[in-house]
Amino acid sequence: MEELRSKNCAVEMYKIIKEFNDVKANDNVDFFVKNGSIHGLLGENGAGKTTLMNVLYGLYHPEQGEICIKGKKCEIPSPTKAISLGIGMVHQHFMLARPFTIVENVMLGRKSRKGFLLDTKETAEELVALANKYKMKIDPYAKIWQLSVGEQQRVEILTALYQGAEILILDEPTAVLTPQEVDGLFETLREMKNDGKAIILITHKLEEILSIVDEVTVLRDGVMIGHVEVDCNTTKSSLTKMMVGRDVLFNFDKSLVEAGAKKLVIKDLKVLNDKNFLALDGFSLDINEGEILGLAGVDGNGQKELCEALTGIRHVESGEVKLDNINIENKPPLFAIEKGIAHIPEDRHITGLALGWSLKKNLIIKTFKANSKFGLIDEKKIEDRWEKAKIAYQIKANSGDDWARDLSGGNQQKVILARELENNPAILIANQPTRGLDIGATEYVRQKILDAKSEGTSVLLVSADLEEILQLSDRIAVIYDGKLMGILPSGSDVKEIGELMMGKKMEVEHDA
Amino acid sequence: MLSNIFTVSFFVSLFASTIRLATPILLPALGQIYTQRAGILNLSVEGMMTIGAVAGFTAAFYSGNLWLGILTGMVFGMLYSSLMAILSVTLRANQVIAGTALNILGAGLAVFFYRVIFGIQSLPPQVESFQMLKISVLSDIPIIGVILFQHNIIVYLAFLMVILTWFILEKTTFGLKIKAVGENPKAADSKGISVNKYRYFAILIGGLYAGAAGAFMSIGYLNIFTESIIGGRGFIAVAVVIFARFLPIRAMWGALLFGLASALQLRLQALGIGVPNQLMLMLPYALTIIALVLASKKAEFPSAYALPYSRKER
Repeated sequence: MEELRSKNCAVEMYKIIKEFNDVKANDNVDFFVKNGSIHGLLGENGAGKTTLMNVLYGLYHPEQGEICIKGKKCEIPSPTKAISLGIGMVHQHFMLARPFTIVENVMLGRKSRKGFLLDTKETAEELVALANKYKMKIDPYAKIWQLSVGEQQRVEILTALYQGAEILILDEPTAVLTPQEVDGLFETLREMKNDGKAIILITHKLEEILSIVDEVTVLRDGVMIGHVEVDCNTTKSSLTKMMVGRDVLFNFDKSLVEAGAKKLVIKDLKVLNDKNFLALDGFSLDINEGEILGLAGVDGNGQKELCEALTGIRHVESGEVKLDNINIENKPPLFAIEKGIAHIPEDRHITGLALGWSLKKNLIIKTFKANSKFGLIDEKKIEDRWEKAKIAYQIKANSGDDWARDLSGGNQQKVILARELENNPAILIANQPTRGLDIGATEYVRQKILDAKSEGTSVLLVSADLEEILQLSDRIAVIYDGKLMGILPSGSDVKEIGELMMGKKMEVEHDA
Repeated sequence: MLSNIFTVSFFVSLFASTIRLATPILLPALGQIYTQRAGILNLSVEGMMTIGAVAGFTAAFYSGNLWLGILTGMVFGMLYSSLMAILSVTLRANQVIAGTALNILGAGLAVFFYRVIFGIQSLPPQVESFQMLKISVLSDIPIIGVILFQHNIIVYLAFLMVILTWFILEKTTFGLKIKAVGENPKAADSKGISVNKYRYFAILIGGLYAGAAGAFMSIGYLNIFTESIIGGRGFIAVAVVIFARFLPIRAMWGALLFGLASALQLRLQALGIGVPNQLMLMLPYALTIIALVLASKKAEFPSAYALPYSRKER
């Protein structure tokens, strides 16, 4: 059996154990990938997918285990070794130096033909030739920061191919792409597969597994749960069950709430980003009472700046924002808090929580006044508040005095939800509320957002995850380059949203 | 009265002096461009220079060979910077704290060894410093010849290093790797570049340049060693790097600007203009503050500036 396996296997990993501080991130994992195939590596966050691949790529050294590449037993102590064995990796967070040009980034990983001097021109020419072979278009002298996320990913793939990768690992490659870009990526991957290359796709998205992958290995809590060939009998629910260990509901009941009057009116908003460029350029949008308005868009098109302007933490250059007919732009953050504007920020570690503070204090960070007596903090009141929140939001923590830093991502987000949803806010601004959470926590957060809506809260849901937007939203707005591209009804076609996300403006139908 | 002061010969000597005074700022600044580009903020330049000054002086004093003096200054500057490399790269200490501590230690060590070697003498020991090297033909050009081509050899070499530094950073694989470990160490690591190795290189090169500049001060500019010989030039060099946005050619202009300020205050003091000399002395330092405030807004710092790197952390 093993003989047979070796003959057409690009990668064989036997009994891999990798520990971090006594926690087994990989526990006796076996993993095999055939030549000329696309192999899915499926699992929740923290299941050990990335760890396993970092072992294969030489970034981590396993405590135990054996690796064979193309049937030959290998030690992989470093990425250099991995590259020389024909292994390439496209990381989730791109490994690119942003002020460098494309060709400079490519040259980093290899020896120059001119010894000490850079062989920029030759490398650039070869790179363009390689890109053409896989029907990609690049300008080798473009700087990385000038490129879209999808283009940066192409650079990463090209770099790996240029280094002679026969085995390509892609870590969550579609998380940052528009639907059209995903199609383009899959096209390239199929092309490479036909070339006889082995491709490993790390993902937690089931649609991807079903649409492009030949075989799938599922990990849960560091253990290999199963290995399946994907065919017409493979279903989403069977894969989910392997991945989570129980059934998960994917269909939420959207309670139909009649859309009410206009709650929040944003008009011709102009806002600068941190680099003093216009992040929002005449952005207008209305949010009705009791609806969830999903704002779709590729990251970095002004979403963050919009949320910050609405919550009073970013200066508005011109335009206005009205909540119940009261202007709220350029007011201090406290004003927004008192008017009932709740905010789930994009990054829970930077703006969402004070990581070095206790959970209790994080809960009342916006309401110190209400939780103090004669200017002193009312410890008893805070303790009560924590006990209530802990039960209501099923927060897993030993005590309210634990540091926020020590909680898992899901539990951290629950603390933020408990804080923001206190006293039924008028508006909830949720920016990427489930980013980086596992399926269980994602399900929970989405349910809470729906609950808030049925309590009468209007929700602005900003997300790069179209699945999330489609699941929750009553209407879908699309932002591109700081402008509103159009508004679509719930249940719209993914392709149509995708086109708007790439900047194609909606054709306005005139009543002729 | 002013027309009596601002004569042609005043300006000629002012600008010639500017170039001389820019040298001990330019050299360490060029070295720190490597170091800072690799993501290391080394605040101990002043200390490294003092070490270089005493080492260079001692070697030149006992051997009578000035080149051996410069070389010894470079070696000791580099040896001393290896402490910073161990602290900031291997032990991943906070760079501001490590640099500040090493700065104090460096100045202390330098003076300590000077006292041990030379004792306390009524007249400080002296060396014969580098002679002016007139470049034939060019140095005979009126005005420009005097300003540009009548210096000692270290001055010429320092300005040649500007081009060399630019070339290494922009045109060689070594330079690209130095920049990469400061910009995105994780990416560099994933491409098989040893982040620690290149950060060590970058810090040691910084030490080499600083040591050379220190030795220049004791045997190329003055011919004695004193405790306060460096006089804040190390810190000004760090400021020049940021002012120059980590570019060698801009660093040259920065160093010249500070050279001009120093030269001007020396001359105005000597002329006895009715301004308290304490205010004059402030000129280069006040300029540092202004330049930093204006330039640091625009400076694009390397993304991993002053951050230790470890593969395990994300």
